[in-house]
Amino acid sequence: MDQAKPAGGPILTTYYKILLGFSAVGIVLIIWRFLAGLGATTALSDGYPWGLWIAFDVVTGTAFACGGYAMALVVYIFNKGKYHPLIRPAILTSALGYSVAGFSVMIDIGRPWTAWKLPIFVNRWNLNSALLEVALCIMAYCVVLYIELLPAFLEKARDSKIEKLRNVATKLLPIFDKALIFIVALGMLLPTMHQSSLGTLMLLTGPRLHALWNTPLVPFLFLITAFTMGYAIVVFESTFSSLALGRKVEFRILKPVQKIAAWGSLAFVIIRVGDVIFRGQIGLMFVFDTQGTMFWIENVLFVIPVLLLLSGTHNLGMLFRQAIVAAIAGAVYRFDTFLVAFNPDSGWHYFPSVPELFTTLGLVAIEIAIYAAVVKTFPILSGISAAPSHAR
Amino acid sequence: METDRRSLLSTLGKGLAAAATMTVVSTPAMARARKTIASDAVGLLYDSTKCVGCQTCTVACKKANNLPADTTGFGGGLYDAPLSLNERTKSVIQLYKDDQQHAFVKKQCMHCVDPACVGACMLGAMHKGKFGVVEWDPSTCVGCRYCQMACPFNVAKFEWTKALPKIVKCELCKDRLAEGKQPACAEVCPRGAVISGKYTDLLAEAHQRLEQNPDGYVQKVYGEKDLGGTQVLYLSNVEFEKLGFRFSNDKPVPELQQTVQHGVYKGFAAPVALYALLGAVMFRNRRKNGSEKED
Repeated sequence: MDQAKPAGGPILTTYYKILLGFSAVGIVLIIWRFLAGLGATTALSDGYPWGLWIAFDVVTGTAFACGGYAMALVVYIFNKGKYHPLIRPAILTSALGYSVAGFSVMIDIGRPWTAWKLPIFVNRWNLNSALLEVALCIMAYCVVLYIELLPAFLEKARDSKIEKLRNVATKLLPIFDKALIFIVALGMLLPTMHQSSLGTLMLLTGPRLHALWNTPLVPFLFLITAFTMGYAIVVFESTFSSLALGRKVEFRILKPVQKIAAWGSLAFVIIRVGDVIFRGQIGLMFVFDTQGTMFWIENVLFVIPVLLLLSGTHNLGMLFRQAIVAAIAGAVYRFDTFLVAFNPDSGWHYFPSVPELFTTLGLVAIEIAIYAAVVKTFPILSGISAAPSHAR
Repeated sequence: METDRRSLLSTLGKGLAAAATMTVVSTPAMARARKTIASDAVGLLYDSTKCVGCQTCTVACKKANNLPADTTGFGGGLYDAPLSLNERTKSVIQLYKDDQQHAFVKKQCMHCVDPACVGACMLGAMHKGKFGVVEWDPSTCVGCRYCQMACPFNVAKFEWTKALPKIVKCELCKDRLAEGKQPACAEVCPRGAVISGKYTDLLAEAHQRLEQNPDGYVQKVYGEKDLGGTQVLYLSNVEFEKLGFRFSNDKPVPELQQTVQHGVYKGFAAPVALYALLGAVMFRNRRKNGSEKED
């Protein structure tokens, strides 16, 4: 098995400085939001109290961050060891993606100073609240992800020049190795719970949720997209970082992963359309209003990866395209469920404001910046050919 | 390697199918019991045919709840004239008008029997209090606004302009109720268009009015059954939909979501079982992999 190694190379490249620029803008906007209130920087309203930060950063972002979850299923449950090199970078992306989601929530909620009570005030827990379950699960999963990531840092510490650090790392690593099953099992259970419950959330909007999305199957549909998006992101990220960091391409192991994403996406469409027919809402599919049109766009996007897969071209570029479409398909479905399918009443409109958009962009920039710095410094990626000589 | 991939896909497929079947089968079977109205429930009865739109109730509500003036209605002039419920307004009178008819309608919290906002709220900041009033407790509210997403009447409002915001909604003047007084709006109404009292008395009164004046009203008490019932009841001579009441089936809003949620979790047994299963499979895999290495 390939051993994970630091990718090496300079960190502060031109691209990196651009990322830092976006990050800085995001941070300024976040400060502004806390000083002036949510109305100052967002287009949110009493009609659309949830906007971009929830629909994208949390609902879509955490699905993009399901690579660790999706790969763990393959490697640890179906025991396919050869996919192991994909685990660590996926866990890192997951940890960062979930951190961004958690951070976005803290910006989005109006009264964050009470948020510490959520995990503490057990006697106040409303067990009917899908949001409580999502919140607690995401908090717990963040912790789990960083524990899963810890061995990468310990391996680095094991090679450290400081003797004490070296000793601690050498002692801790075998313990982690033993305990990992229980952590990984938790790391599979928690996303199963909250990724499905993210869908359940919108069922509480009841009659204000468009019938094409308003189905008791919504938690299941969300769970499928967590997997399809998770696998797609693993493929996307591996192909992308192989280009950006000059790494050996893992085509052999990426292809089957993308295959799951593609067939999973097709399964999604079959279940989705079948459900609409079963509930007798087929007529709404042919009402070409915003919702009807978006329903078609979603489903076409979900079908494209399989069509590309069956087209017969098998190269890295094709894999990359399939992965991008599969990821976008899931993203559009989730986005629609929270914004397009939700109709609070006539007279309400929502489109994210510029500061709102740049806050999200800033957070994503911070996420990518941390990812790039970590993979260059710590043993995350496997199959390194050599540190690229050219600065990027 | 090809068989590897095949088996991987087919195993995943089987798992998906099993999960789907579980969700579909468990959903209708677990339908939760309907909630019934609190025995001490207090509410309002608003009779649109009696209302002249004087907004005395709006003013009294602002005074009783220490709410700031809303001057945005007329482009920031001198009048405190809210056009709708908002972060400064917990009760307001609106007007419906077309060529043939017009009617006023009072908007405030409906104090649902089975409120979606209460189902949404993570720590029970939004909860059913004494007299069945839907109350808001600032100490446990994180400002997530899920209550706003859930409320089918668009009642809960959020202080968008504040750095330290609150949720703003009618709590039926709960402090006045505790002192034995009426809610401010009902106390001041010069026409008796909005009256307060025990829910059962109000419902009886509403039906009596419908009976005594069958031509003067739409023959329905809005809120008696709608969305599982509300403690605020409405009478009108204009269809309720025109007054902004979009939904009038008797299904409580939280019913489907809670049925699905509890169907999937079944007292948390399912997650525990799944955790045990995942752990067991991984343990077996590890032993298998270990013995393969030794061979």
